[in-house]
Amino acid sequence: MKKDEVPQDGDNLHHGTFKQLFYAVDNSGDYTTASSVGWEPENVALDQAWEEVEKRVAETRAKVEAGTVSPIAYYMERTLLDLPLLASKAGKWGWQVKRHMQPGVFKNLSTTMIARYADIFGISPETLQKGELLPFQRPQ
Amino acid sequence: MTQFSHTQTAHCESGVISNMFRHYGLEISEPMAFGIGAGIFFGHLPFVKVNGVPGTTYRIWPGAIFSRVCKRLGVKMESHKFGSPDKAMQALDEVIAKGIPVGMQSSVYYLPYFPASYRFHFNAHNLVVYGKENGDYLVSDPIMDTVTTIDHENLVQARFAKGFPEPKGKMYYPVSVPKQVDFRGPIRAGIKQACYYMLKIPMPMFGVKGIRFLAKRVKDYPAKVGDRRAGLYLGNIIRMQEEIGTGGAGFRFMYAAFLQEAGLLLKNEELKAIGKELTAVGDLWRNFAFSAGRVCKARAADNMSYGDLGNMLLHIADEEEKVFRRLSKVKI
Repeated sequence: MKKDEVPQDGDNLHHGTFKQLFYAVDNSGDYTTASSVGWEPENVALDQAWEEVEKRVAETRAKVEAGTVSPIAYYMERTLLDLPLLASKAGKWGWQVKRHMQPGVFKNLSTTMIARYADIFGISPETLQKGELLPFQRPQ
Repeated sequence: MTQFSHTQTAHCESGVISNMFRHYGLEISEPMAFGIGAGIFFGHLPFVKVNGVPGTTYRIWPGAIFSRVCKRLGVKMESHKFGSPDKAMQALDEVIAKGIPVGMQSSVYYLPYFPASYRFHFNAHNLVVYGKENGDYLVSDPIMDTVTTIDHENLVQARFAKGFPEPKGKMYYPVSVPKQVDFRGPIRAGIKQACYYMLKIPMPMFGVKGIRFLAKRVKDYPAKVGDRRAGLYLGNIIRMQEEIGTGGAGFRFMYAAFLQEAGLLLKNEELKAIGKELTAVGDLWRNFAFSAGRVCKARAADNMSYGDLGNMLLHIADEEEKVFRRLSKVKI
């Protein structure tokens, strides 16, 4: 890659706040560095990854509202966690967390367990207890 | 307060090495650290899944560059992991109070200053903490263009994130750094190891064989996993290839920069020439990512395009194999 080919496809992904450093060659073929505000394929792939997160969050919200899973499942997706990650953070086995995702079991969770989950999800225990589903926002 | 000269680099691990060693008077560029640490690699691991998507890597596993560079340059490091956050933070405070900058492993999800779009649960990010001011930690993060700060709470979260590879509060700092090093031996050892990893690992997932392995699988993605997942799989290949600061070529440009620098230093024209060839391979990788990005965006059920992408990878594998075969014969 020549220095003048270093991509500058910002796509407003980083809102002009971040530039990464690339290694590129100058006209005589020697390596030098150049900064880049972004590159189209990477923007596409990142955007796709975030869309996937949004999709999973929306699907899980619908399931919680339909009463098939508990808010734990919703907040797991909202915090970009999966079952093994959430289980190790909560200090539980996967099957235990899975059980907590059943609405009936969730209702009877102890306040300590609710507080532990709330802490992992970065929300207040009351919000989780009440089953309030805070909206998901892509990090800006 | 400790002075720390921060230079933005392309990648976190080689960047921390370069910045940290310079602090102790040992000048080593980022590409040189990457090359001596034999950072270049390829691996495709369909059974190691993150969020259900198979893993691909363009470099050696986290931490390997660091330990190899230290070994080859004769740098002695102290490295600790911790069972509890309190102990980890106390140990950090003690070391920075002595004016020693400390490297550590962290999860980018918990770094508030980090570019938002990258903040997934990725646990192998390296950064340097070099002081404390008003309760906040002073941070030199090699991928950022300037120094920054982080509060206590977030740093604890970042150091004790769960999931592979689990940081467990890992922190490290040099205890003895030589001022003058003859780079010839370390360069020779680094190149030899890189050639071995790229050409000789007797398993199909690694090195140039791994690129061919991925090529075959990419061709089958739409038929095997359906259009939506195929798109996600492809997207992940691109994201790993463009893991911040590779210039879209999966570290090939950085390694080419190393070969050029090594060629200049050792007055070895052959190394420089091979560096040029690798630059051309890096451009092929960029073309691949570009086409793959198009396929991702189109979300089309177009089997042809996946077949084409597979063929591009096969071509890359052939070219990359030539480069490393030639490199393995260089006398240093």
